[in-house]
Amino acid sequence: MMTAELAGSQVIIELLYLIASVLFILSLKWMSSPTTARHGIWAGEIGMVLAIGGTLLNRGMDYRLIAIALVLGSIIGVPLGRVAMTAVPQRTALSHAFGALCVTLVGSAEFYLRSPDISRFMMSVLSLEVILGGLTVTGSLMAAGKLQEILPQRPLTYKGQNLVNFLLLACALGIAIFLVLHPEAKSMFPFMVLIALAFGVLLIIPIGGADMPTVISLLNGYAGLSAAAMGFVLNNKLLIIAGALDGSSGLILSIIMSKAMNRSFTNVLFGAFGQVQTSATAGEEARPVRSATAEEAAAILSAANRVIIVPGYGMAVAQAQHKVRELYDALTKRGVDVRFAIHPVAGRMPGHMNVLLAEADIPYDRLIEMDEINSDFPQTDVALVIGANDVTNPAARSDASSPIYGMPILDVDEAHTVMVIKRSMNPGFAGIDNPLYYLDNTLMLFGDAKAFVGSIVRELSGGHG
Amino acid sequence: MNSSSNLINALFIFVLAGFIGFEVIRRVSPLLHTPLMSLTNALDAIAVVGAIVLVGEHKSTLATVFGFIAVVAATSNIVGGFLITDRMLKMFKSSRPVDKPAAKSVAK
Repeated sequence: MMTAELAGSQVIIELLYLIASVLFILSLKWMSSPTTARHGIWAGEIGMVLAIGGTLLNRGMDYRLIAIALVLGSIIGVPLGRVAMTAVPQRTALSHAFGALCVTLVGSAEFYLRSPDISRFMMSVLSLEVILGGLTVTGSLMAAGKLQEILPQRPLTYKGQNLVNFLLLACALGIAIFLVLHPEAKSMFPFMVLIALAFGVLLIIPIGGADMPTVISLLNGYAGLSAAAMGFVLNNKLLIIAGALDGSSGLILSIIMSKAMNRSFTNVLFGAFGQVQTSATAGEEARPVRSATAEEAAAILSAANRVIIVPGYGMAVAQAQHKVRELYDALTKRGVDVRFAIHPVAGRMPGHMNVLLAEADIPYDRLIEMDEINSDFPQTDVALVIGANDVTNPAARSDASSPIYGMPILDVDEAHTVMVIKRSMNPGFAGIDNPLYYLDNTLMLFGDAKAFVGSIVRELSGGHG
Repeated sequence: MNSSSNLINALFIFVLAGFIGFEVIRRVSPLLHTPLMSLTNALDAIAVVGAIVLVGEHKSTLATVFGFIAVVAATSNIVGGFLITDRMLKMFKSSRPVDKPAAKSVAK
């Protein structure tokens, strides 16, 4: 776009971009600990203001339209920043869609502005930007729809699904290659975008709720990579850096999540959990379980020295986190050591449980990661499972025929007593039966998580006063 | 020749930034993975600068319209992303040491 000689204002813009890049990296560096994390936001915000301010220095710009767009975006952004903490997973998915939409639109506009004068390399990167961006837009919208429960959370599968998806992707790549060779073929471009959009929808259709942490991370990575590709197209170094940072963040989180499920990316994307297993468990219905009332549960809990609470998606659905906080307070007051065991894929996105429990004012040093807390279960009097299922399933350790065999789990079954709050004996999202419920040291507490924890708290305070 | 040296520069920057990102983000506490995602999302919305140029330069109607929508989408990510990250991080509190020193001795 620019000639080799940079104009004066151009130098200032580039320098501002450089400072913004440094601030962005610092921003992420400060996220390493909760004590410094809020500095990270300030660094990010200052970097953002400098970068946008610098961009406005470009000469010959129509500021009126830009201002209207910025104000409109802020008006939409404020409510998106104020959603309830329980809605954070769908909000995150939605923001991936917005980010990718921006990238896809800019890429498309650049194509029409530059065609036919586009080098082969440029066209390859531009195609990558638009394909990745397009599939992230619709894929993230689908994910958001599933998380908001507008769309069914159960995976939808049909015969030949993977073949259809593969052919679609091949078509998009085929058009991309054609455009690289013939960048003047403007009429082909919309088809490439449309196919990418359709591919995004079809990619998420077979994915169930329990796989959302991996999928959201993956979409996060795609959004980042498409932004980096946009940086190549615009020759904008700041954008390349921000995209690379976001891309590597999404990639790392996807790796952590899929490791925590003992599954590969391809398995998550093409494996469609949950369909096969429902039939396998149908045979063994009538095994005996032991259940207990809130009164009994309260008595056991108050007699314990060490309690570990295992929260899962069910806690989020029942919005039970504030009641759990009351339970934590009541037990702590009686001198019981209460900690929380957090499985990496508990909930619907990375870190979901931590945010909910932090919102309920539970100190973060009580939230312990799986690897750190697993060895403590044998010395634990009570493990209280609230709305978690697959992440506590001992079949993952022992039953090689189980679909989740090999997945790292929280060893709650090693606690002296296990209490599981659950609505009914229906299997969880993955449709896998949980042998934990039939163990001799397990007590089932049937009921809504919020109501049941509430009645335990009442029993605890009633017994005392 | 100029455009190919641009490409090499861009590749250098991409690869090095990827390494920095990998090393920095590996160290982020799993406690903060949700705010990490909303923060990277806000930072990623720096793509707004490309969209702003499209709107400002007014080169074609299509480019302006696309750019306009792109600025709106990215700005909502910037504003919403920083807002919610800040809200989340404000919630993370350590247990107050003055409160109950007795319970603390059992921990860790």
